[in-house]
This record gives sequence, structure tokens and C-alpha cells, in this order.
Amino acid sequence: MIAFLIKRIVQAILVMFIISLVSFSIQDNLGDPLRELVGQSVSEEERQALRDQLGLNDPFLVQYGRFAVKALHGDLGTSYFFKEPALQVILHKLPATLELVFGATLIIVLLSVPLGVYSAIKPNSLFSRAVMGLSIIGISVPVFLTAIGLIYLFSIYLGWMPSFGRGETEPVFGPWETGFLTVDGLQHLVLPCISLASIMLPLFIRLIRAEMMEVLQSEYVKFAWAKGLAPRRIYFLHALKNTMLPVITVGGVQIGTMVAYTILTETVFQWPGMGFLFLEAVNRVDTPLIVAYLIVVGAIFVVTNTLVDLIYGLVNPTVKLTGKK
Amino acid sequence: MALLEVKNLEVRFGLRSGEVHALRDINFTLERGERLGVVGESGAGKSVLGFSILNLLSRPGYIAGGEILFEGRNLAVMSAKELRSIRGNRISMIFQDPMMTLNPVLTIGQQMVECLLAHRKISGRDAKNIALQKLKQVYIPSPEKRFDQYPHELSGGMRQRIVIAIGLLMDPDIIIADEPTTALDVTIQAEIMDLMLELCERNNVALMLITHDLGVVSQVTQQAMVMYAGRIIEQGPTREIINDAQHPYTQGLMNALPQMAIPGQRLNQIRGSMPPLQKIPDGCAFNPRCEYAMEVCQTQLPDYTSSGGCRVACHLVAKMKLEEAAARQIEEAN
Ligand SMILES: Nc1ncnc2c1ncn2[C@@H]1O[C@H](COP(=O)(O)OP(=O)(O)O)[C@@H](O)[C@H]1O
Ligand code: SF4
Ligand SMILES: [Mg+2]
Repeated sequence: MIAFLIKRIVQAILVMFIISLVSFSIQDNLGDPLRELVGQSVSEEERQALRDQLGLNDPFLVQYGRFAVKALHGDLGTSYFFKEPALQVILHKLPATLELVFGATLIIVLLSVPLGVYSAIKPNSLFSRAVMGLSIIGISVPVFLTAIGLIYLFSIYLGWMPSFGRGETEPVFGPWETGFLTVDGLQHLVLPCISLASIMLPLFIRLIRAEMMEVLQSEYVKFAWAKGLAPRRIYFLHALKNTMLPVITVGGVQIGTMVAYTILTETVFQWPGMGFLFLEAVNRVDTPLIVAYLIVVGAIFVVTNTLVDLIYGLVNPTVKLTGKK
Repeated sequence: MALLEVKNLEVRFGLRSGEVHALRDINFTLERGERLGVVGESGAGKSVLGFSILNLLSRPGYIAGGEILFEGRNLAVMSAKELRSIRGNRISMIFQDPMMTLNPVLTIGQQMVECLLAHRKISGRDAKNIALQKLKQVYIPSPEKRFDQYPHELSGGMRQRIVIAIGLLMDPDIIIADEPTTALDVTIQAEIMDLMLELCERNNVALMLITHDLGVVSQVTQQAMVMYAGRIIEQGPTREIINDAQHPYTQGLMNALPQMAIPGQRLNQIRGSMPPLQKIPDGCAFNPRCEYAMEVCQTQLPDYTSSGGCRVACHLVAKMKLEEAAARQIEEAN
């Protein structure tokens, strides 16, 4: 257990180091922050003075070193636009994004397991074929098209669901305000969560189906039949438990990836989360904010991967939680 | 009434390339407490036969005809629920590779208790006690500890003992053992075989032993049948088959046994190999490999001829029997 934790922590540090390096070097290539900061009317000399003052003329490694030391103290620079600490700006928007991801994950888990299992057990039934066909369509339609389609149908045409924003939220803790506790907040969550889930859901259904079909061919499932067990027990204990092992690994990583997909969803639904914020930051060349975003997203990746490993180790008895594979 | 009587069983695979016969003309009986050996090269259809008796063929295989009468009831047409009450309860099966047979994510105890609870209305506590007792019967050391372990924590031999214990849980009438020692280390094969023999004798369980080893068949079974390309080509009392094999294929198997080899010389393997189901030759399926093959062998499927207590599917044997009969008649006439 301890070896496992140490291994994960070392990995996490390594990943964060690389992310910080990458995101920091992006700064150099993203236009001139001074223009955003001071406008066009400042002379070249004043600009140079300001550059020196901001340390923008120092060598790369010096700049990175300064950045890293500060970053370790939680200081990722000040947003040029908001004139506030970048990390604080991002963390302020984090709950909205996490709730979106959580809602989408819920939809994916609740639908993909029963649909994947059913279409593995009855691969030739009409329903399974329909699910498989729809999932192909689901994978190939881009998220923003799904989102616009949903808005058109449910908000504009039927008028059932709100089309933008988070609606009414309740404060929970610190900057975290939740939309899960009010009817209005929940209504606002529905469409964005569905469109965010729309890419991953078909992938998960297909993944679970493929794994399950393979497991159903295994000797131990045949042996379970030969023991005279009830189909329910064979499908949902013997087969499903083995099916979920690889699904947890692949799926966990995919859920982490979903954080990146929120950029599109949040933009279409004007969702006040960090994906939306990130796109604005890119438009404004607000580099500290961009860097802070990348680092926070990197941290989320590391955390989800660690959680996934932990869960995998708990479900799979053949994995002892040690550093070894 | 025989405990198990299989009549004209026919199994097919509905493959994309067309229907193929996996089993044809399968007829045999198994009496209570009797041990029957099923021999043949890999691909002969032995496992398919084992699975069809429990009506457990997986797609695209299916029973295309015939009857599987267990105590007079036909398993081939039974409802799923009735079948379940027989599988693992009255007829149990032991698979070839103990590394693959046990579910890796469930404990030994879970996999034993669930079988008992599926067939009997007993408490979990009683089920555990029965399971522990069966583990002792198969000489598992410290069964209490093993009960809570996962399969990967045990050796191959240990796992096969546990699979055997699971097969015995409900005190079945028949055990179908599909090459139960093939996947094991050579050093423990005899041990496991002895254990199976002992348990079957003690509990009066009928054993259908599937193997490619005629040596094991001669040591363990009273009846035997030799399969080739989905058909039984010779069947009868084991002693007769071993001492006086009639079919050229059985003779070939006998000559290939290590015991028959002259020291320092290569084993006398039958030349060629078993054809895949899609390419079974016309006439006698063995004819391309048979040194006695005649013209009729290439066109006509050989019928069964009685020879002593055996039934043999071979044109040559049929011809010899006819000639014998004719000679006898001439003798009698004189
Ligand atoms: N599910 C299946 N689909 C198609 N062919 C199969 C299937 N299972 C077995 N066979 C074929 O049936 C024949 C007999 O197989 P099997 O009973 O496993 O042989 P063995 O005597 O070695 O146990 C083989 O030719 C095998 O390729
Ligand atoms: S029938 Fe013909 S080919 Fe087949 S085993 Fe007998 S002699 Fe050989
Ligand atoms: Mg086999």
C-alpha cells in the first residue's frame, strides 16, 4: 500500500512537472500579453521597461524557475484581465465544471452498464442492434452539434429546458455553489450533461459490450453454467465483475478526458465553468490564466488516474496494491 | 434403464461457410458407477460431446438430432430450468485447464457455496461446512484457509483438486471429466487421476473420462470409445479394445503409446493429422491416413460391425467378419 502511494506520488510529480513545463513554454508563443495589458497607445520604450519589470525579457529557465517556485506556493501569476490571482479565478469556476462532469459521468455509468450488458447477452436482438447503430451515430456527431440540436429541440421548439447558464445555485462550501440542490439548477444541468455525455456514452456501451462478450466465452463462465447457476448470477456477478476490470481502467482515463471536452459544451451552453473561462482567456491572451487552467486540468488527470488505480486494486484480487505490476 | 443413454446424437455447427457436422451417429450407454473412456486425437469432437451431454453447446453449435436420456428424460429437449437442476447437481463437469476454470475475482468459498445454494435450500453456514468437508475429501491442506483465498493464490494441481471438489459438491450421479490432467504438471497427473478414481469408486459415481491417452483409459475405465472426426469408430469393453484393437486407427493409437516403443527408436505416430470439420473426406474419414484403405473406403461411410463385445466402423473389419462367417459356413457344410 505504501509502495503504491509512493509510486503514484512520484508519477504525479513527474506529470505535473511536465505539464508545468509545457504550459509555461506556451506563454512564449501566445501573442504579446503587453498589448492586452496596456493597449496600443504606449510607446516602445515604455513597453520595454514594462517587459523588464514583468521579467518577460529574462532567459527561459530563469522565468520557469521563478514560475515554478511561485507555483509551488500556489501562486500561478495574476490574470491580466481579472487582475486577480489566476489560480483563484480558475478554482472559482472549478465547481461548475466538476458538476457538469459529474452529471455526465452519472448519465454514462447509469446507461452504459445496462445497455452494454444487455447487448452483450443478446447481441442479435433488435434492441441491441438499435443500440449499436445509435452508438455509431453518437460517436460520429460532434459535441457542439449535439448541443445545438438539444437546445433547438428542448429549449426553443418544446421550451422544456433552459438553454444557458447554471440557473439557481446554493452555496455549499467556500466558492463551491451547487446546482444539484435546486429544481432550477437541476433543469439547467440536464442538457449540458447530456451533450457532454454524448461522446463518451456510446464509447462506454461498446467497450462494455465487447469486454462482456469476450468474458462470456471464457472457461470460467462455461464452468459457471455447468454448475447449474442461475443466469442472473452468471451475468451480473461472474461475468460483469470481470468485464468491469478493464472498463474501469480505460473508462477512468476517459472521464478525465471529459474535462477537456467541457470547453465545447460550456461554450455552447454559456456554462460559467473553467472551460468557458479558458476559451475567453485564450481570446484575451491571458497567459497566467491559460497556464493555471492547464495545471489544474493536469492535476485533475493525476487525481482521477490515482483514484482509478485504487478502485481497480480494490476490485481485482489479483492486484496487490504494491509498486509492482 | 441405463443411467445415461445417448441415441443417434448429431451435433452441428452453423458456420458462416456452411453447416458442418461436429458429431454423428453417437450411441452409447453409461451405467451407474461405470467408468467410460472417450479417446481420440485433438479435434475429434470429445469436448463437444462432453458439452452436448449437459446441453451446454455454445453458439454456433447445436444439437441437430438424437436423444440424451438421463434416467429416461431427454436432456436435448429439456427446459432451461430443468436443465439447470441437473447441471452441477446430478451431472457435473470437470474442465481441462484449472487455471481458466475458476473465476479469478471470486474466492474459492464463494464459488463452492454458490453451487450448493443453487441446488439446495440450506443456510450459508451449512453450505460452508459441506464445502469444507469436500475440500478435505480432495486432500486440500488447511481448507479453512483455502476457502477464503482467490484462485491465483493456489497452484495448478491445487486448483484442479478444488474443481473436482466443486464437481462432487452435490454428490452427482455422473462426472464428465474433460482431459482433467492434460494441463497439469506431469509429476502430479497420476496423483490427480488416482484421486478421481478413488472418489468415483467410493461414491459410486459414473465417470465419463475424456482423454487422448489410451494408457489412462486402460488403467481407469471399464468401457471405452474411440472417436475420429466426430464419429465413434470403435467402442466396447476397455480390455478388449486395448488387447485386441480392430480398427486401424485404434491400432495406430496403440502403436503410438510410449510403452509400445522399442527403446531408442522414434514413437510410431500415425502419419498425417485429423482433418478439420469442413474438410472431412468422403467415405471413411480416416481413409487418407489408413494403410489398409480400399476403394470402398473413399466412397462409402463404413457401418458398424460387431466384433466380440465391440462395435467397429471399418470396411476392412466388416470384410474380414464376412470372410470368417463364410469360412465357418464352409467348414460346417463339410
Ligand atoms: N464453437 C465452435 N465453433 C466452430 N467449431 C468448433 C467450435 N468448438 C469446437 N469446434 C470444432 O469442433 C471440432 C471438435 O472440437 P473438440 O470437441 O474441442 O475436440 P477435442 O476432441 O480436441 O476435444 C474441432 O474441429 C473444432 O475446431
Ligand atoms: S474403413 Fe477403410 S480407410 Fe477406414 S479404417 Fe477401415 S480400412 Fe481404413
Ligand atoms: Mg477437448
